[in-house]
Amino acid sequence: MDKSTWTTKVGLAQMLKGGVIMDVVTPEQARIAEDAGAVAVMALERVPADIRAHGGVARMSDPELILAIKEAVTIPVMAKVRIGHFVEAQVLEALGIDYIDESEVLTPADEEHHINKHKFRIPFVCGCRNLGEGLRRVAEGAAMLRTKGEAGTGNVVEAVRHARAVYSEIRRLQTMDEDELFTYAKNIQAPYELVRQVAETGRLPVVNFAAGGIATPADAALLMQLGVDGIFVGSGIFKSGDPAKRARAIVAATTHYNEPEIIAEVSRGLGEAMVGIEISKIPHDQLMAGRGW
Amino acid sequence: MTVGVLALQGDFREHEEMLRRIGAPTLQVRLPKHLDQVERLIIPGGESTTIGKLLAMYGLIEPLRARVREGMPVWGTCAGAILMAQRIVDGRADQPSLRLMDVTARRNAFGSQLESFEIDLPVEGLDSKPLRMVFIRAPVLEDLGDDVTPLARLEDGRVVAARQANMLATCFHPELTSDERMHRYFLEM
Repeated sequence: MDKSTWTTKVGLAQMLKGGVIMDVVTPEQARIAEDAGAVAVMALERVPADIRAHGGVARMSDPELILAIKEAVTIPVMAKVRIGHFVEAQVLEALGIDYIDESEVLTPADEEHHINKHKFRIPFVCGCRNLGEGLRRVAEGAAMLRTKGEAGTGNVVEAVRHARAVYSEIRRLQTMDEDELFTYAKNIQAPYELVRQVAETGRLPVVNFAAGGIATPADAALLMQLGVDGIFVGSGIFKSGDPAKRARAIVAATTHYNEPEIIAEVSRGLGEAMVGIEISKIPHDQLMAGRGW
Repeated sequence: MTVGVLALQGDFREHEEMLRRIGAPTLQVRLPKHLDQVERLIIPGGESTTIGKLLAMYGLIEPLRARVREGMPVWGTCAGAILMAQRIVDGRADQPSLRLMDVTARRNAFGSQLESFEIDLPVEGLDSKPLRMVFIRAPVLEDLGDDVTPLARLEDGRVVAARQANMLATCFHPELTSDERMHRYFLEM
């Protein structure tokens, strides 16, 4: 018997495809998310919108809270660690949760190195803004990717930018000859072997979700039509007027992303969406997507 | 013979790719109208609570049950096996499901993701070469009814694959491997 293999790590992400992973800060919210059809929950103390509002250093959540959320649901539980903080990751692995998000939403602990994720039995998801960044994370052992977007803004524009970047780069790769692949790998600072694999298969080596700023069913369907495998919703659900209803609607829109009639139906009377922030109004040093290297 | 793959959520693409590789035409089933166009159905791995919810929300449960009762072959992998079981333990009491096979599915029977594993074991009905089985937060099958035949067991005796007439349930994911035998077995059912 082989435990925690690459296949089981990547495989769990495959099982989450076409689904919605929701940020929750209490066991009650976790149950609402599960009831609404979430495929997993992200357990944390503050959703990104509050992290943004409160400022200060954002760290891994209290294990007590994470365990209470794990106890409340039957679906997989994820939690975030700071970029490069491998001891927070060791702690989460010891708690026996299902996935770790090495996340730019928290304050980075290391400004040069990400966690060497190969050393862990627990799988990791990491954010990316483009193909090179995504493949660097896979080289470090990430078994799942997500766009970074700009978390806690309720503004989908950055998630769209990052998804577009990744998939257009993949399309471009497929038209290159072998000689060009070497240079391309060098230019995007990604391992040549992974670049070649993407060129041959026409897809990323791991599942890629969208995250960062998704607030409506139409946002979710937009990202799905752009080619992502599933959706993370952070602040978008529990910062809205009717979280349970909005959560169900985003789940339905993620499944039926190609059926405008269904998206229209579930979008009716959802109550107030979270308040959005224009990216250009955010001071440069408070942008989260730029964290990570 | 079009093989439907329930595409509400989960690893339906991997099933489709495997089927296409062995020459079977496929169709993604998301709504009742798609169900009328298929002769067989695979319910993929995913989250059983999510898939169950979406089955109920879009009116698929009764049409699907009716087709299976009429004899349509159906195969559930992991979450799919849970949704086919008549009884679910360690799940949500209210989780919608298809309740087709006379078995009990114990959800997350091995624990969290850290207990996910791969193993090579023989399967009744395939040739003697063991099958690579990938278990991801997997269930096991218990309390098999008289009409249910166990097809594979772990070394400790727990049942991880079973068949009842036109219904097949596996707790593992042949679609995540390159071994086509389980898919060929299903196509011959």
